[in-house]
Amino acid sequence: MSNHKTSLSKVSHQQRIGDQPWLRRLLIGLAFLLVGSLLVLPLIAIFAQALSAGLNIFWVNLSDKYTLHAIGLTLLVAALTVPLNLVFGVFLAWLVTRFEFPGRRILMTLIDIPFAVSPVVAGLMYLLLYGSNGWVGGWLMENDLQLMFAWPGIVMVTVFITCPFVARELIPLMQQQGSSEEEAALSLGASGWQMFRRVTLPNIKWALLYGVVLTNARAVGEFGAVSVVSGNIRGETNTLPLHVELLYQDYNLVGAFTSATLLAALALLTLVVKTFLEWRQQQSAS
Amino acid sequence: MALKLNYLTKTLLATSLTLILGSPAAIADNPSLLNSSYDVARELFASYNEHFNDHWQEKTGQKVEIKQSHAGSSRQAQAIIQGLRADVVTYNQVTDVDILHERGNLLPKDWRQKLPNASSPYYSTMAFLVRKDNPKNIKDWDDLTRDDVDLVLPNPKTSGNGRYSYLAALGYAQLKFNKDEAKVDKFLRKFLGRVAVFDTGGRGATNTFVERGIGDALLTFESEIQGVIKAFPDQEFQIIVPSSSFLAEFPVAVVEKPAKRNGNFELATAYLEHLYTEDSQRLLASFNYRVHDPVVKAETAANFPDLKLLTIEEIAGNWKNAMQVHFASGGKLDQLQRR
Repeated sequence: MSNHKTSLSKVSHQQRIGDQPWLRRLLIGLAFLLVGSLLVLPLIAIFAQALSAGLNIFWVNLSDKYTLHAIGLTLLVAALTVPLNLVFGVFLAWLVTRFEFPGRRILMTLIDIPFAVSPVVAGLMYLLLYGSNGWVGGWLMENDLQLMFAWPGIVMVTVFITCPFVARELIPLMQQQGSSEEEAALSLGASGWQMFRRVTLPNIKWALLYGVVLTNARAVGEFGAVSVVSGNIRGETNTLPLHVELLYQDYNLVGAFTSATLLAALALLTLVVKTFLEWRQQQSAS
Repeated sequence: MALKLNYLTKTLLATSLTLILGSPAAIADNPSLLNSSYDVARELFASYNEHFNDHWQEKTGQKVEIKQSHAGSSRQAQAIIQGLRADVVTYNQVTDVDILHERGNLLPKDWRQKLPNASSPYYSTMAFLVRKDNPKNIKDWDDLTRDDVDLVLPNPKTSGNGRYSYLAALGYAQLKFNKDEAKVDKFLRKFLGRVAVFDTGGRGATNTFVERGIGDALLTFESEIQGVIKAFPDQEFQIIVPSSSFLAEFPVAVVEKPAKRNGNFELATAYLEHLYTEDSQRLLASFNYRVHDPVVKAETAANFPDLKLLTIEEIAGNWKNAMQVHFASGGKLDQLQRR
């Protein structure tokens, strides 16, 4: 190998970038420095700040009435959003990969709208539609139904923001797998539900979980859209990301970072699960 | 995983349902009130809510759950127009309450007549924060036009705080030059030329002056200045109250439509009326706001130097006119900043 290499360089008298050991080390060092200062250091800072006043204060902040409410609301939003988008995503992916119908391509493009639209704009769209001056909002008002500035509105915008994740994970996979296995199952007498449970689901299992993890991470962390429809009522419509901002503006740095550690811990957990799922996905593919 | 999620969903759904279904019952026992307020009033109302609750409990035996919503007051007003069911508003700009009448007819046009002092239970004014020992010897608005003085204030285009400072300078110049427009404009042009940094908001300007150490004088609310002096004792900042300044009102109002629908009209009115009692006024003064109550005024006179307070009516006729003439695109502010 080394012989081959030297002979090659003798012939061409050229060196590729990174052939020199010092340059290689410099580049690797630079990469680590960048990742360290841009990604790792801020993460450490969050935990350091949260614990800066001692573990005691950390617990006091964490068990604050409003913080607990923010955690509960955030979990509620995720618990409603994730199953909804799971069903929606599977249904949509199945529809566009297993059937040919007019408008199929348009549908596939439309799925991406939440990715293309800024979250703030998404929030405003819902507000203009369901707010008391909106098309639907007037009717809701007359019937005493409060969607905006209450938890249902927060769930609605979060569902909107996170709806492409599951479908986007499944569509390429299901396209690649094709429908031959499912057709075989049907021809052997399986019912539709049996086919879905025994054939489709095992095939897409890992990608589906991957989509769920991404949906969950985004649902918990969404700020922009939620901020527009929340109304900022402390102890009622404040999700965890909004609560972090609110505490920060209150000059309660330790409190803000304490709530931020919850989000950061969740992000780390998501990373671990995501890496594991990617690994399993590769395993099941090979 | 799926099973766990289902379980979690069910529990959470159940809890949320009890919360929703439970809330009307809760209203019957313990009323709840939503106060939509401006950005930097959290500590103030956290303290006042407790104070009011003591009074209300003594009077009626009920405990009120008072919920707070805080953000920039223009944004808050917008949320109410879009359907946020606030019972009362406690803002720092009259225009933001006016808009609730104009856009949504949520309260009567004469809302300012409903409570004493034009529905402004407390007020403040624009003053200067200078560095230790006042090295540039700043005393009044004239000193802010000197070539060796750099100013920090929020941008009047984006911030009510900045608008107030601009109007205060305008009012001073009008007094000094007896409304001679050419001279007033010349004064304002010099004043605006001394601005080192225009921040977008009040807290941003404070940070520029305090943390980044830029400028010789920060222009902001007297109440905010007192807070900064207390928050950074080692810097030994000083407050300079000029000879005249702008009367910055903090209007409050019952948002009648939603309050009536929430069944909270009496409670909401009582909540705001109680702001005018002596004890409440003392509490407000402790947050560095000026108040009208004669007893409290006498007690706290040392903290609030006398000055001539100019109203928006004296300076620019009314708010609408002020916005059009001075702050609209191409208005006086834009013209005077051109060099």
